[in-house]
Amino acid sequence: MAQPKPNKVFAPWDDPDAKPIIQFKNVTKRFGDFTAIDNLTLDIYPQEFFALLGPSGCGKTTLMRMLGGFETPTEGTILLDGVDIGPVPPNERPVNMMFQSYALFPHLSVWDNIAFGLKRSNMPKDQIGERVERMLKLTQLGKFAKRKPHQISGGQRQRVALARSLAKAPKLLLLDEPLGALDKKLRNETQFELMDIQETTGTTFVIVTHDQEEAMTVASRVAVMVDGNLAQVATPDQIYEAPSSTYVADFIGDVNIIEGVVDLPDAEVPDGAVSIRWSPTEAPIIAMMDTALPTASACHFAIRPEKVSISTEKPEAKNVMSGKILDIAYLGNISTYHVEVAPGLIIKAQATNVRRLSRRNLTWDDHVYLSWTDTAGVVLTE
Amino acid sequence: MKLRRSFLIAVPYTWLLIFFLVPFGIVLKISFSDIALAIPPYTPTLKDGFWQMLSGLDLENYAFIGAGAVFALFAVVVISIAMFQIVYPRVRRALIPDARYGVFDSAAAALTTLAVALVNVALIVAVLGLLFPALKAFVDIPDFLYFAAYLSSLKIAIISTFLTLLIGYPIAYAMARAAEHWRPTLLMLVILPFWTSFLIRVYAWIGILSTEGYLNQFLLGVGIIGEPLAILNTPIAVYIGIVYTYLPFMVLPIYAALDKMDDSLVEAAEDLGCTALSAFWLVTAPLSKPGVIAGCFLVFIPTLGEFVIPSLLGGSNTVMIGKVLWEEFFNNRDWPVASAVAVILLLILIIPIVLFQRNQQEADQ
Ligand SMILES: Nc1ncnc2c1ncn2[C@@H]1O[C@H](COP(=O)(O)OP(=O)(O)OP(=O)(O)O)[C@@H](O)[C@H]1O
Ligand SMILES: [Mg+2]
Repeated sequence: MAQPKPNKVFAPWDDPDAKPIIQFKNVTKRFGDFTAIDNLTLDIYPQEFFALLGPSGCGKTTLMRMLGGFETPTEGTILLDGVDIGPVPPNERPVNMMFQSYALFPHLSVWDNIAFGLKRSNMPKDQIGERVERMLKLTQLGKFAKRKPHQISGGQRQRVALARSLAKAPKLLLLDEPLGALDKKLRNETQFELMDIQETTGTTFVIVTHDQEEAMTVASRVAVMVDGNLAQVATPDQIYEAPSSTYVADFIGDVNIIEGVVDLPDAEVPDGAVSIRWSPTEAPIIAMMDTALPTASACHFAIRPEKVSISTEKPEAKNVMSGKILDIAYLGNISTYHVEVAPGLIIKAQATNVRRLSRRNLTWDDHVYLSWTDTAGVVLTE
Repeated sequence: MKLRRSFLIAVPYTWLLIFFLVPFGIVLKISFSDIALAIPPYTPTLKDGFWQMLSGLDLENYAFIGAGAVFALFAVVVISIAMFQIVYPRVRRALIPDARYGVFDSAAAALTTLAVALVNVALIVAVLGLLFPALKAFVDIPDFLYFAAYLSSLKIAIISTFLTLLIGYPIAYAMARAAEHWRPTLLMLVILPFWTSFLIRVYAWIGILSTEGYLNQFLLGVGIIGEPLAILNTPIAVYIGIVYTYLPFMVLPIYAALDKMDDSLVEAAEDLGCTALSAFWLVTAPLSKPGVIAGCFLVFIPTLGEFVIPSLLGGSNTVMIGKVLWEEFFNNRDWPVASAVAVILLLILIIPIVLFQRNQQEADQ
């Protein structure tokens, strides 16, 4: 995860005076009677690295295409720098898009593909050459400059598409799954390269991705979309630590979700906490919460596996459960234990593998204790 | 397994080859014979014995129709094209050192190359003419009719191919841009004319274009013209007929090329700063080029030898080689000369057919 720099915090979305570069105002997009984007309102600020995350078909590409000018909103307006861009044709928008299908020109060489946009601008010829060479170097495509798109690999094509959209250094850059076809190493490199470009050029990025880790790495804010709407828009750490709904919690990373009802307040529960009864026989879960919930209302308790500790002896903690290990997933650096704490309720706990495999003492069917503090999880009502 | 497959391929192709080579051999043989008042109307025949027949063959008919001149022209064209292909890449490399070139640079390179190639060919012709004075007799044209007919066919084929392209491209473009569920219907409408006989459709045009035809009646009725237009029996009628008949052959390959094209390419071009028009010239047009070339050849090749349309719609003053062939064969009963005309026509057609094949191979890659 990107750590926010301690000295100056980039958070224009918290600043009431900040002017957004893009404003979606109650935008709805329908294809026939199918609603792809449903009354969506969103502000994106200059120099943001904004990531759109969501399941396939939730409307991410549609949102991008409306920014690029290839779809018009059925209802609502989109403002760029405070100006309605509805009537502005794509070629006059200071926006470049990297298409999900790459859309490379098959009859042009890699070099000419990258130079295409520059040639349409009034940049002098020798500067075009320099710029293209820089883009080729950036995307490590120097060797392939003379090849046609069908003569290079899928990952290389993706890099050409990226280079082509970066070449014009637009005000707003739309990247539709820019790194999907790259291997992990190249993807990491390109991610940092993107963040570098973003820092040096000050371009605003909107990036669609299926890879939540990528969204967490590069983004200043992440929007989780579901069925044409925004489930949550927040910084990566907020999305991860304080999801607004079970949907978001489940979509981002691994999570345990326990259903329950709010218990009567009693002496054992400290102030600002809530106790959740999830089973008639077991002890309730104690969790800190900012807002009070009415007694007996239904809620969900969500906790990340890495915040659950596992041990063979009963520990001293606010929340303790006991159960039997059903399954162990060994991932190298960590292991995930699937523990059945009640019939049908399986809780995942993660532990770092500080010892080698042969010396670890937990194994299948062991009776273990799970524990966590009262601030480790969140209570969700949606 | 491999044997079975080659057998499977060999059977139909042997069949095709036999039915091309045998008639061609017969025509070739007749073209070397002399006209005679007999049945069949030429001599010598196999009845004279094989060796006797062979010794009776000669090139007289070819000399008569000016095949030497045609052949010389053919050679000049082939040499020019070869020269162009050899010189052009070099000129372009010399003029344009790196990948940064525009349309005008390429055009300049092409024009320079063309000039160089033509001068070279002219020099070769002049030198050959000086070295071998006998060549003059070879290219001599005793009866200009045939040579003129070849040229006129060439002219009509080129112009009507161009007209067909002019009309066919927008149709194909509109089809490819039409809504998905309309396309099968539009495609069927283009193919629909094939459901009736070609001959009947050409006859229908006589009814439309003649002095008392529907077109003139309509125009007179509306009052646009005071006197009926004479369209039938003029070259215009021939162009109308050819464009009408061969339009599907132009539309279908262009449509196939445009249909294959990804819509997001045009969007990408616009995203990068193109207007709709420049996006068309820079992306759509180059990508539909293989379809355009295929369509042009599919129209040009059959039009060159076309016989039915000029003889029904063109009247006596449209000269096309197909018509000359017919008249030579049936009206004059001069089978040997007719055969010679046919053989030369086939040789001329080899150029566009070979070029067409090359285009298809390139498009496949
Ligand atoms: N031109 C169109 N006509 C009809 N429906 C469309 C059209 N374009 C998109 N849709 C529908 O709108 C919804 C959103 O599509 P969109 O392409 O935005 O999804 P996405 O979030 O980008 O998905 P993915 O992650 O798979 O790329 C989909 O259900 C899709 O079927
Ligand atoms: Mg998409």
